[in-house]
Amino acid sequence: MAELSGKYLVGVYDDDDTVLHAVPKLRKAGVKIKEVYSPFPIHGMDEALGHPRTRIGIAAFMFGVTGCCCALALMIWTMGIDWPMIIGGKDPISIPNYIPITFELTVLFTAFGMVTTFFVSNGLGPGTHAHPRFDERSTDNKFVMAIELGRNSMTVDEITRALRDSGAEEVNVKQF
Amino acid sequence: MHVTSPVREPLIQGGKTYADVTEDICRHVEGAPTKEWKIAFGISLIVLAYGTVCLAWTWWEGLGVWGLNKTVGWAWDITNFVWWVGIGHAGTLISAILLLFRQKWRTSINRAAEAMTIFAVLCAASFILMHMGRPWLAYWALPLPNAFGSLWVNFNSPLVWDVFAISTYFSVSLVFWYIGLIPDLATIRDRATSKVSRFMYGTFAMGWDGSAKTWARYEYISLILAGLSTPLVLSVHTIVSMDFATSVIPGWHTTIFPPYFVAGAIFSGFAMVQNLMLITRVVYRLEDYITLEHIETMNKVITLTGSVVGVAYITEFFIAWYGGVEYEYYAFFNRMTGPYWWAYWAMMTCNVISPQLFWSRTLRRSITFTFFISVVVNIGMWFERFVIIVTSLHRDYIPSSWTMFSPTRYDIGDYIFSFGLFFTLFLLFSKYLPVINMAEVKAVLRSTSAQLPGKIAGVAKVRQRGTAEPAYNKDKE
Repeated sequence: MAELSGKYLVGVYDDDDTVLHAVPKLRKAGVKIKEVYSPFPIHGMDEALGHPRTRIGIAAFMFGVTGCCCALALMIWTMGIDWPMIIGGKDPISIPNYIPITFELTVLFTAFGMVTTFFVSNGLGPGTHAHPRFDERSTDNKFVMAIELGRNSMTVDEITRALRDSGAEEVNVKQF
Repeated sequence: MHVTSPVREPLIQGGKTYADVTEDICRHVEGAPTKEWKIAFGISLIVLAYGTVCLAWTWWEGLGVWGLNKTVGWAWDITNFVWWVGIGHAGTLISAILLLFRQKWRTSINRAAEAMTIFAVLCAASFILMHMGRPWLAYWALPLPNAFGSLWVNFNSPLVWDVFAISTYFSVSLVFWYIGLIPDLATIRDRATSKVSRFMYGTFAMGWDGSAKTWARYEYISLILAGLSTPLVLSVHTIVSMDFATSVIPGWHTTIFPPYFVAGAIFSGFAMVQNLMLITRVVYRLEDYITLEHIETMNKVITLTGSVVGVAYITEFFIAWYGGVEYEYYAFFNRMTGPYWWAYWAMMTCNVISPQLFWSRTLRRSITFTFFISVVVNIGMWFERFVIIVTSLHRDYIPSSWTMFSPTRYDIGDYIFSFGLFFTLFLLFSKYLPVINMAEVKAVLRSTSAQLPGKIAGVAKVRQRGTAEPAYNKDKE
């Protein structure tokens, strides 16, 4: 297997439906798929590939709670404790007046925290000059399936045939 | 499963393939600037330069150069601010609320509308800075203990709420827009021929590779950002309206302001989107993507929000009479028949009557008429803010203070500055970034295109599907 490490078979598809239906078929046939690359999201693809559901929503919620607490803490401290003043007959600590800013900061923390998590978890970042390694057309009009040969027990010919049978227009070999 | 609705017209015309979408939308980004673009950009720069001189003079001399007086202490500055913030709202509405409602027609216009939002909010923010008088102390609006000890900003004040609302709105909109741009930037990066553009687009594409895992997370965060932006956009204009509503000035002290301002914002925002889209589609030859169907749908939104605004005008008038407060009643009666009657009736004609013409399908689908009405609506919404602000202020509680407001050349020049800024930024955006979201258009292409399902990208084969095909699609195939 050592000579196969870093060697990939790349199936290029013309159609999003074809690639979506190819994934369960190939997995059933015993092919281990590394990833599918597409110019737009294909609904159901992550489930077909067996990716676990993203937990980014939980992170977003935690960031939101942090923002909400920070906003309330800031206003209660400044208005109620550090420099208490009665303005417009309102209590120094009057929660109803704090609602707009609490809401805004909750949204701000959630949005920025979630997007930062998204970048970090996907390895995206400013100055990352990566590009589609397997086929550059995958950001234009092609749907690309990458299969790492070192992780598959099937032979190159078997996988190539399976890819062709599932609707791949081209099957290329890439070595990194 | 892709379903083509038999009752709706296709949203993308011309039998496009995925490759065609990339080609058509990247064309203007990759090509040299056109003559029209250069002329428009030149004019915008001249306007911006003139406005900058006026603005510099405003700051140099102080706010005394404006036509404000002791009674009318707020006029064009706050009018322009509210107007620009309102214009920004349509972008977020299209990108967030319509995404939550799964409206596919948003895909062709959301990118440009979001860009419009960001530039409009920048213009609005410039008026906040302008009317501070000493803009170099703008940071005093932030919650920092200032030089006099630990004296903080007043968190009970709607003006401080504005600082948080506008800055949050701007930054979240910017993030939302940028996240949407990344896949398209990657497309341009992978097509780029020159080293410079490959480097630039590569830097901003952040290494996007379009893997299934990334797309799944991308879609998830887009949905959450839309869910966050929806109440955010409502909160921003609600808070802007509270700048007025929490006061005791007759004509401002109105509980109807929050929903009324939000409806007005969407109304004027959609009118501006129409103006920009009608020009963009012709200049960049994108008629197949921004179709009559899109224009008609936006006109329906304009009719709806215009009607809401009309109802709000009548309701506040009714309440002024029914509430029995003589100052309130006088303020509204004075708006109609007082010295600013022309502004009031301009507002009523532009905002209440003109959009009702869109009940006619012929007019709704006429490009020239749509452009004309959109300009009229924008003018009308500017007058609405002017009427609310100036007519309420110019008659004080003490008749000896009664006065009129007339703009000086610096009031006008500072407004011109915002137009120069807006159009310069929009033209730069439309040249260097794709004006239509390619990834999203491709995602809805099959179900909304005139191209028959199964023929896209030249693949004409019977696909295996888990569920039955709708009868309509079967007939076509």
